[in-house]
Amino acid sequence: MSSFVLYTVTGLGLAGLYFLLASGLSLIFGLMSVLNLAHGAFFAAGGYAAWWVMDSFDTVPAEPRFLLAVVAAGAVGAVAGALVERGLIRRLYGSHVRQILLTIGLGMAAVALMGGWFTYNPRLMDQPAWFGATTQLVGANIPNSRLLILAVAIVMLVALMAFLRGTRHGLIIRAGVENPSMARALGVDVARSFTIVFALGGLLAGIGGALGAVYFNGISPSLGTTQLIFAFIVVVIGGLGSVPGTAVAAVLVALTQIYVNNYVATGLGSIAVVVLLAVVLLVRPQGLLGKVQP
Amino acid sequence: MTAVEVTDLHVWRGQAHILHGVTLTVPEHGVTALLGRNGVGKTTTLLAMMGLLPGQGSIRFGDTELLGTPTHLVARQGIGYVPEDREIFSTLTVAENLRLAERPGVEHRYDLVYDLFPVLKERLRQSAGTLSGGQQQMLSLARSILNPNRLLLIDEPTKGLAPIVIEHVVEALVHATSDTTVLLVEQNLWVASQLAKHAVVLDHGTVTYAGEMRTLADDPALAGRHLGVEVR
Repeated sequence: MSSFVLYTVTGLGLAGLYFLLASGLSLIFGLMSVLNLAHGAFFAAGGYAAWWVMDSFDTVPAEPRFLLAVVAAGAVGAVAGALVERGLIRRLYGSHVRQILLTIGLGMAAVALMGGWFTYNPRLMDQPAWFGATTQLVGANIPNSRLLILAVAIVMLVALMAFLRGTRHGLIIRAGVENPSMARALGVDVARSFTIVFALGGLLAGIGGALGAVYFNGISPSLGTTQLIFAFIVVVIGGLGSVPGTAVAAVLVALTQIYVNNYVATGLGSIAVVVLLAVVLLVRPQGLLGKVQP
Repeated sequence: MTAVEVTDLHVWRGQAHILHGVTLTVPEHGVTALLGRNGVGKTTTLLAMMGLLPGQGSIRFGDTELLGTPTHLVARQGIGYVPEDREIFSTLTVAENLRLAERPGVEHRYDLVYDLFPVLKERLRQSAGTLSGGQQQMLSLARSILNPNRLLLIDEPTKGLAPIVIEHVVEALVHATSDTTVLLVEQNLWVASQLAKHAVVLDHGTVTYAGEMRTLADDPALAGRHLGVEVR
């Protein structure tokens, strides 16, 4: 029983990381039909930003320093997202092949750049001692870091939903995901929202990178790219452009992975996730909460 | 006075050459019906005017050349668009659909909208995808008259609606279009003859008739020759 609780909470922590990476991907694809294969680089850049803050300001107590690290990671991700959209992607709207080639190249170049800068060996990140301690939960000792990741992911989910439902930018993004041409025909400058969505996706992925450095006990250049494949699976299962769908799918994918790895055989978890993807595509091709494209 | 002047408009959709040099004028005030058989390019003409399809030639709206203007700036000229399949945002509520249509810097005529379509006011919090076909059409029309537009482009507002709902929509259209210029695509000749003063008939991507709607509606032989149907 106690191991089941531990696996579940660990799975939910991993689900938090998947959600942070996948929600931005899903919104970007939903609104602009851009498959951003460089999204993993935002995740890794956020991880390195967090590592750098934890490493450089060691006179500051660890807890406020970690908060600062998360903020810095989000900021780096958001700026990177906005720059990539404004500087590169914007020139290629309407050409999917060029966009995919651009983001593949950008993803590879970013990994190489970070590898050259920080080396390919994982950088261990200084963490507040409290993270390593455990909390008793239904008879299981749960590492606090797992609970923290889960809590941050839930806060980001709530904040993202509040932004999408409560602001005019959010309204434009939701309308644009459904039918960008009609939104334009109503006089809405949808292109302006593209930058905002890219920045938002970068912000979420950057924060994911900071938490990923905690979850995986360090950060390496290719960490984001490794997670990106699972994030794409989450996006497809959840339904393109649906944030609640992404959240549900992240939990489903992460728990499947962790349970199968621990109860069936180590390494089978990733295969089980692909099987899950195949089943969803056969039974409900538009994803759990996705809309059928007209 | 002329509201819109289309000159030698050519539009391609993929490889297909749909409009072969359409030249037409939409007089200011009142409704002009754009008629013709299926597939002659009526919807394509409206899409080109909205900047949703690229074209060659000229579409003058006042002092503005609409061809080449980005769609959102076309709309901001004061042009409302009611597309063929309504294209309401089904995942948004009725209130959100209307809020999205609010253009900054102009008054938003919610009183007029609720006056013409009281059912929308009752269903503001309902998801627009769950409205009936007639209610979705009302919402699509409501979006176009919320801002005080100078021109409305309305594409087959009665398509797929039950006769009783058509009557309601026509009644609302008469009120909604009384203070503006309208270019109306309509398959239903009875509806067109109720609303329109002028008529333009397209065939195979060119204009074959331009004149009074009544002349066309009162002469079954003429209508039959141009449209292949008889006015009931």
